[in-house]
Amino acid sequence: MGFIIDRNLYVPEIDAWIDPSEPKARAIITHGHADHARSGHGAVLATPDTIEIMKVRYGEDCAGQFQGLDFHEPLTINGATVTFFPAGHILGSAQVLIEAEGQRAVVTGDYKRLRDRTAQPYEAVSCDLLITEATFGLPVFQHPDPKDEIARLLKSVAAQPERSHLVGSYALGKAQRVIALLRDAGWDKPIYLHGAMTRLCELYEALGVELGELLPATGMGKAEMMGQIVIAPPSAIRDRWSRRFPDPVVCQASGWMSVKQRARQALVELPLVISDHCDWDELTVSILESGAGTVWVTHGREDALVYWCRQQGLNAEPLALPGLDDDGGEGGE
Amino acid sequence: MKRFADLLELLALTPSRTRKIEALKRYFTEVPDPDRGIALAVLTSEMDIRNVKPALLRDTVLAEVDETLFRLSYDYVGDLGETIALIWPHKAEGELPGLSVLVDLLNHTSKAELPKVIGGLLSQAAIHERWALVKLATGALRIGVSARLAKTALAEMSGIELQEIEEVWHGLKPPYGNLFAWLEGKAARPDVDHAARFHPLMLSNPIEDKDFDKLDPRDFSAEWKWDGIRVQIVMGAQGVSMFSRTGDEISASFPDVVGNVMGQGVLDGELLVGHDFDARSFNDLQQRLNRKVAQGKQMLELPAFVRIYDMLFDGDEDIRALGWEERRARLEAWFARNRQTRLDLSEILPFGDWNDLGALRRQGADEHGHEGVMIKLRTAPYVPGRPKGFWFKWKRDPNVVDAVLMYAQRGHGKRSSYYSDYTFGVWKGNEIVPIGKAYFGFTDEELKQLDKWIRANTTGSFGPVREVKKELVFEVAFDSAQKSGRHKSGVALRFPRISRIRWDKPAQEAARLEDMDAFLGAS
Repeated sequence: MGFIIDRNLYVPEIDAWIDPSEPKARAIITHGHADHARSGHGAVLATPDTIEIMKVRYGEDCAGQFQGLDFHEPLTINGATVTFFPAGHILGSAQVLIEAEGQRAVVTGDYKRLRDRTAQPYEAVSCDLLITEATFGLPVFQHPDPKDEIARLLKSVAAQPERSHLVGSYALGKAQRVIALLRDAGWDKPIYLHGAMTRLCELYEALGVELGELLPATGMGKAEMMGQIVIAPPSAIRDRWSRRFPDPVVCQASGWMSVKQRARQALVELPLVISDHCDWDELTVSILESGAGTVWVTHGREDALVYWCRQQGLNAEPLALPGLDDDGGEGGE
Repeated sequence: MKRFADLLELLALTPSRTRKIEALKRYFTEVPDPDRGIALAVLTSEMDIRNVKPALLRDTVLAEVDETLFRLSYDYVGDLGETIALIWPHKAEGELPGLSVLVDLLNHTSKAELPKVIGGLLSQAAIHERWALVKLATGALRIGVSARLAKTALAEMSGIELQEIEEVWHGLKPPYGNLFAWLEGKAARPDVDHAARFHPLMLSNPIEDKDFDKLDPRDFSAEWKWDGIRVQIVMGAQGVSMFSRTGDEISASFPDVVGNVMGQGVLDGELLVGHDFDARSFNDLQQRLNRKVAQGKQMLELPAFVRIYDMLFDGDEDIRALGWEERRARLEAWFARNRQTRLDLSEILPFGDWNDLGALRRQGADEHGHEGVMIKLRTAPYVPGRPKGFWFKWKRDPNVVDAVLMYAQRGHGKRSSYYSDYTFGVWKGNEIVPIGKAYFGFTDEELKQLDKWIRANTTGSFGPVREVKKELVFEVAFDSAQKSGRHKSGVALRFPRISRIRWDKPAQEAARLEDMDAFLGAS
């Protein structure tokens, strides 16, 4: 049977690519992380939030033209209909439903099912073909409740009032989520930001996500930073930039932090298992809920998820998409 | 159990030694008996849950998890215990029992029942408790905490000297109620049989050329400084034990020694390997040290022996208060009474004045690769620790080589934002091949300069490692060089450290691999 999307995520019916890694004439973008949203496309179709994020990151003219499409609004082009559904990954992140020739195909992009007030909540979408990510596609990944992880951070801050806590978080999505979780846990002191975080936090606030008082982390005295929480990119927390803080506790907010050997190797003193992706159970539940008879797996540990799908009697295969690396990259967590 | 899991996680992830000790002190102070004693036994590897082996845990998990998914997960995580802890698929409401109840349960459950019991425990645990539970059950902690660190925490917590704790340690059993009572001042020091216990060692101080003016050579005796590991042999009524210098028992690795020793007493000496008391290199000894349990083939090829240089107990009699000369006479008499096949006596080096001894030291280094000589005050009693003025080590001058910096890696703890671990190499034809790695020998100021230089001269990055332009020369000091398959150069240095940074020296003038042959010959 032919599918309405090919294995490079190209949709022939409307001549458009989903999350292409190279500049294309027409692109549909699921969300703003760099391994999904690149600059230089001719025309971009995305949610309004994602378009704002792309403009902040790459400049107003990072694509020839933008077309915003709200969640749940079907858009028919030629013989195909495109509809966005929330993916729950970061602000504006969408799953893409394509309907044509009586067939429904969903590209999940990155997604998670846990509640997160910085992203529109995930919705299950039924389909015939599901193209799912598998960043945490191994049964060893069982994400804990992020509230418990934030409680561990706050406990550590209270126990070591003479030190700064530096929380390594990606600038888009993770940083704002960690801040929101801290606020919801009752942390009402200012939260200090590395310069790389500022513009995206401002954008989230402008789009209606309240983050409380945020101050630049640079230019403060060591004494003032005792007992404070700083959010910075993972690359900065162990490098020269961190020397300005008093005896910093290196923390990292990531789904990878559940593997203690990894945390040790990365010299992380306080690992916080906070992920913006599905864990194993969420992935498998989502696949079953979609009702899809065919599953293509991409972005991560495809083998295990493909194996599991086949055990359930589903057609499944891994997609090897160019330019999407699983680890380390920003979209990887 | 939650408290213990938190402690293990902190110990595993905190780079600072001081903070590890603080955490241990807090734990031992706040947690009641017998749980804290069980924790101490686990941390010092004195606890063995006999029936729980990794294979049993694996089978328990495979009854619940698909084998292919388990294998893929294990490939990814890389550590069996951690894979088991992370992959366990069930979560029941409940709390794990305390540490001592848990250990009792695991020790008193029949092998047939164990999988069910362990499965139940894993289900009751939170994820990071599962990690601690697996570590506890298999006894393989691997969290970078030594028995000595745990004992150091006990010493700091109580104000009692570490040596005193080590002295009673081997007579005690978990959960160490009498030890904690003593440490907290509620009971007298536990009374233990000397024959079963380790006695802290007497250590030496380095000596400099200028010190000799104040010392009369007639007051001193000299011996070679042997290049093995320091051991204590305790021969009591119940048998023979051998301990490392920190009091860890290593008898199981060296049955060829402890099984063949005759007599009673406590001896101090150097563990070496070789046939007919002809000591081979430290490298060869290391092959035996790396084994927890000795292997037959190795014992044939690398038989171990101990070169004895002191005696603490003659039979049951404590002779540590006697002077060295009297102890030596007792030792020689004891050897005459007890014929040995795995012990020999460290020879006394006759010398007239310090110049004589200096010449001997250089000759020993050049011809036999000796590390140097030991100088001992004839009247000195055997005093644990590092007393001043009694024993001196006079090391031969270090070997030095000019090597080129190749790679730099970030350090740990306070140095984690600095490139402080350096791999350096020498010329082999037109390329530079690595010969070693060092992370000390420079000042804080020099570290800053090096860090800056490395960042400005990086040619490639691999995770935490940077490759740099092959332009900076280090003068590297080291104790000896060995042939080794570990480095591409085929050479490995023992105890290398940066002695000078040669900002002035062009890399072309650094040493060549052929230059290293001179050092290989001496050992």
